[in-house]
Amino acid sequence: MLVLSLKNIQNKMTKEEIIIKLTTIVKPYIQNEEAFKNLTEATDFMSDLEINSANLVDIVLDVEDEFDIIIDNDSMEKMLTIKSVVEIIQEKQLA
Amino acid sequence: MSSTQVNNRVVITGLGVVAPNGVGLEEFSKSIKYGTSGITFHQNLKDKGFSCCIGGIPKISEEKKLEYLTPLQLRGFNSTSILYGCIAGIDAWKDAGFSVDENSSLDYDSGLIFGTGTSGIEKFREAIYKIDDQKVRRLGSTSVVQTMASGISAYLGGILGFGNQVTTNSSACTTGTEALLLGFDRIKNGKTKRMLVGSSSDSSLYTWGGFDAMRVMSYKYNETPEKGSRPMSETASGFVPGSGAGALVLESLESAIERKAAIYAEVLGGNINSGGQRNGGTLTAPNAEAVQKCITDALLDAEISSSEIDAINGHLTATSKDSLEIENWTKALQRNGADFPYINSLKSMVGHCLAASGAIESVASVLQIKEQFIFPNINCEDVHSEISELISTDKIPTKMIQKELNIIAKASFGFGDVNACVIFKKYSK
Repeated sequence: MLVLSLKNIQNKMTKEEIIIKLTTIVKPYIQNEEAFKNLTEATDFMSDLEINSANLVDIVLDVEDEFDIIIDNDSMEKMLTIKSVVEIIQEKQLA
Repeated sequence: MSSTQVNNRVVITGLGVVAPNGVGLEEFSKSIKYGTSGITFHQNLKDKGFSCCIGGIPKISEEKKLEYLTPLQLRGFNSTSILYGCIAGIDAWKDAGFSVDENSSLDYDSGLIFGTGTSGIEKFREAIYKIDDQKVRRLGSTSVVQTMASGISAYLGGILGFGNQVTTNSSACTTGTEALLLGFDRIKNGKTKRMLVGSSSDSSLYTWGGFDAMRVMSYKYNETPEKGSRPMSETASGFVPGSGAGALVLESLESAIERKAAIYAEVLGGNINSGGQRNGGTLTAPNAEAVQKCITDALLDAEISSSEIDAINGHLTATSKDSLEIENWTKALQRNGADFPYINSLKSMVGHCLAASGAIESVASVLQIKEQFIFPNINCEDVHSEISELISTDKIPTKMIQKELNIIAKASFGFGDVNACVIFKKYSK
């Protein structure tokens, strides 16, 4: 029952809350501090944060752990910006 | 640069070392002079049922790691061979007078050959467990680069921004000495100005286990680890496993002079060959004839006579093959008894660092030339009778000797019946 109610709370996580968690997750991988400081929904992982493309799979794994979801290959391909990741997380959490 | 008709002199302008008895040149140099052992008891070897429960593992703090690798590089990092190689390689490059800057411009005149036996064996184990547990996607991005054999050259190549050849060689316990000679040839032939050469080996029971199974590791000294590695001793009972990395910056004399770099020594020449697992050679035993030819060909390449050799840094692992190695040296050099050069084995202090041994021992040999001393052999107060019949025991110093040294021969021999011998000379114009 406890697990269920926790899941419920997570489901109601706002976009802002997700972004805060996401910021913590991507921090170790970023190579452009300036872009990270000015992070918005439109921020692109590779072109703005200059994250090494190989590290995107590590971010996916960290997101899966943090949000208790599984991100399939199709969804992963869409994970290029903060906005797209938020959407995928929200979608998976509702599923 | 044209590669025809070029015959550059090659000198050593930088050294780096991560050894069980010293991390960094200063500590290592002090340890080898005093005969300080880096061999300790390891409970995990005992727990896993190893016959040999002692080994040489360099001590690296978490703070030290952060001086060489970024927090991102250290995420999911589990490869001691790459860690040691990066520390030794970066130290050597800085020691040669270069700065390390991730935004440095690409340097097409510098390359690296950095060998290893296996890379990141603990990381490989992690991956195998995940895959067997149907979690292949959980490997993330860190598995391939840490477990590919060329992981170490890939890491160093990127950190230093090299644009010449960047590769990894592998020839068992000959690896480090082979890397040195491959880099030497490349500079001598005018293909590059500088080569960072070296080798590294993991600190892992998974690297060492197979040797324990072959019963070639020392098993009688678990209670007295520092006494366990006994090259040339009557009471030797096999080699003690070690680990670490050694690195040397080789450079054309022209480039070194142009940069006003400090020169440790000159690489006069050397030879790499194989016994082909013929005439007594096997996968694990050397063909004595080929070993001798490797040494004599190294002298020819260096254009010196055997009488010019002041000291030998042997392979000498503390197995039953030590006497055969000494016999091979006496035959190849045509010198024996009191006429034999001084000889020592670093393995008495650090154990057999396997793929890393040739590089760490080359660093020790070059330090001997630079600082004009011969480091002591520890644990061989009781020289093996087969050895004392061939050479005078005072040629096997058990205390450090300060001596004028001009030429040192260093050899390494490896499984697969492969040999390498390099000739170092004190630098003079």
